[in-house]
Order: sequence, then structure tokens, then C-alpha cells
Amino acid sequence: MTEKNRENYNKNYIAYVNSFDPPTHHFKNCLRAFAVGGFICVIGQFLRYMLEALFALTGDALAGTVSVILIFIGTLLTGLGVYDRIGRNAGAGSIVPITGFANSVASPAIEFKTEGLIYGMAAKMFIVAGPIIVFGVFAGTLVGLIYLFL
Amino acid sequence: MTNTVFFKNKPRIVATGTIAGPKDCAGVVGRFVDKALSDDTFGETTYEKAECKMLAYAIQQAMKNGGVREEDVDMLISGDLLNQIISASFAARDFDLPFLGVYGACSTMAESLALAATFIDSGHFKKIVAATGSHFSSAERQYRYPLELGCTRPPQAQWTVTGAGGVLVANDGGRVAITSATFGKVVDYGITDVNNMGAAMAPAAATTILTHLKDTGRDASYYDLIVTGDLGALGSRIVKDLVWEKGVDIQPNHVDCGEIIYKVIEDEFQGGSGAGCSAVVLGSYLMDKLKKRELNRILFAATGALLSTVSSGQGESIPCICHAVSIENV
Repeated sequence: MTEKNRENYNKNYIAYVNSFDPPTHHFKNCLRAFAVGGFICVIGQFLRYMLEALFALTGDALAGTVSVILIFIGTLLTGLGVYDRIGRNAGAGSIVPITGFANSVASPAIEFKTEGLIYGMAAKMFIVAGPIIVFGVFAGTLVGLIYLFL
Repeated sequence: MTNTVFFKNKPRIVATGTIAGPKDCAGVVGRFVDKALSDDTFGETTYEKAECKMLAYAIQQAMKNGGVREEDVDMLISGDLLNQIISASFAARDFDLPFLGVYGACSTMAESLALAATFIDSGHFKKIVAATGSHFSSAERQYRYPLELGCTRPPQAQWTVTGAGGVLVANDGGRVAITSATFGKVVDYGITDVNNMGAAMAPAAATTILTHLKDTGRDASYYDLIVTGDLGALGSRIVKDLVWEKGVDIQPNHVDCGEIIYKVIEDEFQGGSGAGCSAVVLGSYLMDKLKKRELNRILFAATGALLSTVSSGQGESIPCICHAVSIENV
């Protein structure tokens, strides 16, 4: 078979395979993500009101404390083996909030613990979250530069 | 030049040893395995160690069920899915046997079985154990994401079977014989989606099945069952279509190990996969049916996707292979 023929053949096969694809239920997935993601945000907002009322926190201190608590909850649920089950059903709803970020750092840390503390846990802790940090910092720098010159 | 070897001495499958995890035993193989694990770590500290221990158990059990001692066995042929086939090599450490490590991804059971039969048929060896296994948690970590990561599984995904199977092949003993083997060619139809293994492997399965039928001059209906390895539900549909295109109908007697192994479809979606999938189904359920003569002729065609995380990261498509072994009551 020549290169060209093979390419065409492959294209036909891939199109044929795609016709079999089980449908993704976008609407249902969005609804679930909205419900779970919204619920996490409600918890965050609740914490915000509580901290404001009880400890009189404001501004950055308030926002920081809420984030820390949410990260703790996300990590704890990961360690207890619950977060992946939530994630399987909620999809983006539990991946996008800060608890999802905590999960993406904690889960490889647990997973690679068997390969040692330094080369296992610590080195591989960011295999999932690494790209988010890299592009987060990059995007932040870019926006900062634009802001500086405007 | 044909790709099929006919065994004139008809090497026998004397016995099998199988072990499977809790989720896997909930399905069809549960009643037939030698050991059903309630704990998928098998008392070990890591999943890799558990996989190795399961494989060693399957090898040991195959010898025990066949009533042979370790010193009577001439060779061990085995492989697994992990990098550098560590489970197979580490399991071989426990045995005082010459060892051949093979890698055919999920097709390893068929590959090692075909090699064992060829070696025995040659007359140089009398007893060989062919074995393979896989573990969901170790495979998931190597090929995909950490276990606790809260990500969703796409609907085309399959679930790696936690289990291992060993087969004792000998020059005589019993009535279940390996009559021929078709060694497969690497087939790649350009699928790059690592979550759609069924679609990637189906062309390899179709190619080998067609080659086997052509080489042997047999009709598909000659076999009671044509068993593919781990194509899953989606891949099974595709393989039937591909074979049908070439004028062969395997619709009535085709069955896929991956499709039948799980009873409850929860997160498995398309069914089981992994080297352990076809090894466990062959070693437990199918062997039982063969021994009871409820099945007399099967074509066991295990399929494997020969990719690595590096190759898929570099955007390569997925080359696949399928070896077929015909197992018959004689």
C-alpha cells in the first residue's frame, strides 16, 4: 500500500470509528458540573461570611483563609479516597474549583509515595498540576505586562 | 508463506492457574478462578508487588493443578504490561526455571501460548508454563492518571483487569490440545485516541482472524467460539464489521473476553482490558467449558496495543497486534 493510499484508508477508518462513538451527554454533564461546582462555591461563600462574622477578617486575609480551608478539605477528601468518586460524576464541577487543584496535587503525591519521599512523592507531586502552574504564571505575567504599559 | 504453524504433535493444555481481583470476580469468571482476592493489594505494600505476586501465584497454581513439580517444568514464558515487564521478571525470580520474557501488551497470553506450543511441538521441551497478568491500579498509574485524581473517564474507556493466568502446556496429558497458531502482524489504522483501544485493536484482530481462516482453509463456523482478547463492546462491533467486509461472518460465534468479564457496567464502559483479561477468561471460564466438552473448538485471538506513554505523547498512532491460537478437544 502506498503512503497516500494508507492515509486515505486510515481517514476512512477513523471516520467510520467516530460514527460509533457513544454520545457525550453535554447537557446532563453541564447540569451536574453546575450543581457540584456551585455547591463548592456555596461552601466557600458560607466560610467567607462565617470568618467575617467570627474573626472579623477582611480583604486578602479573608480570601486567603477561605482558600486555605477549601484546599484542606479537597486534600482531605482525596486522602480519604472520596474526591475521585465525586470527580467521576461531577466532571468539571469538581475539577475547576480550588478543591480540584488540591486534588490534582495530592493524588500523585499519594500515588508515588511508594517510590520514595524525594524522587517519588515530592518530584512527581506536580505531574498533573505542573502545567496549570506554568501557564498560570505565564498568563499572569503577560496580563501584568499589558497592565503596566496601559 | 503462511503465518500459521500447525502442530503435528498436538501440545496439550494440561492445567491452568488463575487469580483475579474482587471487582473482576463479581462477573463471569468469579466461579471458575482458583483464587478470588477480596483485597486487590494481595497483602502487599504496592500494586506492582501485588501484580507480581498474583502472577507468581498463577504460575504456581498452574503447576499444582497439573500435578507437576517445579523441577519437571522446562521453561517459563511470561510477560506483563509494566515497563521492562517487571512483574514477569520479578515473579520468575521465585522459580528455578529458565525464563523467557515476552511483551505483546494485552496479547501476551496468546503470544506466550503460541510460543510454548511451538517449543513443545519441536520436541526440545516437554513442559512449559505460559503466564501473564495485569493490575488495574499499576496500569492506571503507568498509562493514565493517579488513582485518586478526580477526573472523568470517557465513554470509550475500558477497565484494566486485575488478575493473572498461567497455563501449563505439555507434550501429553489431557484432551485439550493446541492445534495451530497464527502469529500476527503489527497493524496500525491510524487511531491516536488512547482511550479508544477497541477501535485501535479491532483491525489487528480482524487481520489475524482472516489470515488464520485463510491459512487453515477453515470456515468461521468451524469454531464453537472465536474469542478475541479485550476489544470491549465497541471494538467487538468493529471487528465483526471488518471481517464481514471481507466476506466472513463471525457474528454467531464471536465473543470478546473484555466484553463478557464484567457483569456490572459501572465505570468500565466498554468492558475489561489488560493482559490479565484474556488470561483469566481463558484460564478459568473457557478452560472449564473445554474440559467439560461444552466447547470443543475455540480460536483464542488475544489483541494488544503496542503503545507507550512516550509514543502517544509524541502524537504517534497506536500499532496493534493479535496472535491467534486454536484450541481443540482431541
